[in-house]
Amino acid sequence: MMNFSTRFKPISDRGSSMITPVLEIENLIKTFPSPKGKNTVVLDQINLTLAAAEFIAIVGHSGCGKSTLLRIVAGLEPVTHGTLRLEGKPISKPGADRMMIFQQYSLLPWLTVRQNVRLAVDEVFKQLPLREKSEIVDEHLQMVNLTAAAEKYPDQLSGGMKQRVGIARALAVRPKMLLMDEPFGALDALTRGKLQQQVLQIWESQRQAVIMITHDIDEAIYMSDRIILMTNGPAATIGEILEVPFPHPRDRDHIREEPAYQQIHAQALDFLYHRFDRDD
Amino acid sequence: MMLLPILAARVTHMIFKRFPASGLRDNVLLPLAGFAGILALWWLIASFRSEIMPTPWEALSANLDFILHPFYRRGPGNLGIGWLLLASIRRVLLGFVLGALVAVPVGFLIGLSRPAMLALNPVIQIFKPVSPLAWLPIALAIFNLADPSAIFVIFITSLWSTIINTALGVSSVPQDYVDVSRVLEMPRWRQLTKIILPASLPYIFAGLRISLGVAWLVIVAVEMLTGGIGIGFFVWDEWSRLNLSSVFLAVFVIGVTGLILDWLLCKLQELVTHRPART
Repeated sequence: MMNFSTRFKPISDRGSSMITPVLEIENLIKTFPSPKGKNTVVLDQINLTLAAAEFIAIVGHSGCGKSTLLRIVAGLEPVTHGTLRLEGKPISKPGADRMMIFQQYSLLPWLTVRQNVRLAVDEVFKQLPLREKSEIVDEHLQMVNLTAAAEKYPDQLSGGMKQRVGIARALAVRPKMLLMDEPFGALDALTRGKLQQQVLQIWESQRQAVIMITHDIDEAIYMSDRIILMTNGPAATIGEILEVPFPHPRDRDHIREEPAYQQIHAQALDFLYHRFDRDD
Repeated sequence: MMLLPILAARVTHMIFKRFPASGLRDNVLLPLAGFAGILALWWLIASFRSEIMPTPWEALSANLDFILHPFYRRGPGNLGIGWLLLASIRRVLLGFVLGALVAVPVGFLIGLSRPAMLALNPVIQIFKPVSPLAWLPIALAIFNLADPSAIFVIFITSLWSTIINTALGVSSVPQDYVDVSRVLEMPRWRQLTKIILPASLPYIFAGLRISLGVAWLVIVAVEMLTGGIGIGFFVWDEWSRLNLSSVFLAVFVIGVTGLILDWLLCKLQELVTHRPART
């Protein structure tokens, strides 16, 4: 087994120097006011850089602040200390250049599938002619195989279909980054596997920067290029970063047989269940 | 002898195929049983104490003229029950729509702004438990006329539930929807019209339905006091003429009308929100 200190390097030192980073997070600290008056440190000294076409997964126990980290990148939560830059410019507010895919889908129930995607397109591409907006919507509904369900309302869809609408909505505004907060967490195992594959295929056909929050080690290895393992909160930080060496496009059955797969899996398990175990 | 049970079974099977077993029973037979029970009770009381009230049959034959000719006009003030009903519905709808036009924006303001909530909540809490009829003398003092006063009382009646429900709906829009609008960088005004308003519509309609229901309750009482043309005054007038049969008819008509008004609002809600309304 590798020595901890060699694996725990600030990520800005690594591979990404050759490509311009999309996202740079430097010395990020996030505190929440606590009722006793003292502030609780949720995230402590996070340093992370994301390359333009990189897919990273953030894995950690519940309560380690990984969702907070994602919401900070989205601009939905303010930072306490530190800087975040998107293509060199500081992040201060939410923006459609960082589209979120929510665990609970967050579809608007009074709009049809098509209208949900259209709402996002209308907001972001205000200047485009109507016909082009319709084309963008149609194209993305097609991409997630929802053309037949375009006129349905979210209540009439299964969980997997709802999340595909969420994905279509996020991709349709052509963001610089995709932020996925446990996107498959609310789905049953069969649907989850299928949707993971679909999302990975879409990503492989049009690569962009992705941050995905997940609990699922297999999901992280199958989909991402790097796995960020978070230590436990409060004052959680990046504990370890695992490189996933498999080239894209990936075949799930194929990579499972690789020795590297087992090794990464064992390392992540060791981190989560032995060094940073949690009783909950 | 063998054939008969088989035939019976086949017929029942055919009936059940047309109406699913629970559908027929739950939607037709059990509700009918309820009405039959009430009629039987009425009949029983009327048969033993005929000086109190007419039997259902007597009431029906006495009301035949009203039922068959709801829209007659036989001189000033002598109008069919349909006209009276329409006059009451007009008052209720006018007062209710005016009330909604005020209550929905006020509820929105309370739901969005904490200072507005702190300023208006005590006022609403004080006025809400007041019987709307208590406003009638004030309305009469202001307007000096029965009809505008009745509409004003309905207006007041319609305010409270709609304000409270709208405020509740606006303040409980799921954070996720708001996050979606923030990620899309929606300006505040569009966030209000595209996200907050549609998300709170089910609550707003719940408030409107309570308001309309109470308004329909109140109009009968208001018209008893103000007189004029209307179903409420009809009840009082017929009672003064000792025409209890007509009062029974009026009770039935008022009930059915209230049900229809609520149903119409439900349909409007489904049309607007694209989601089935809770009944």
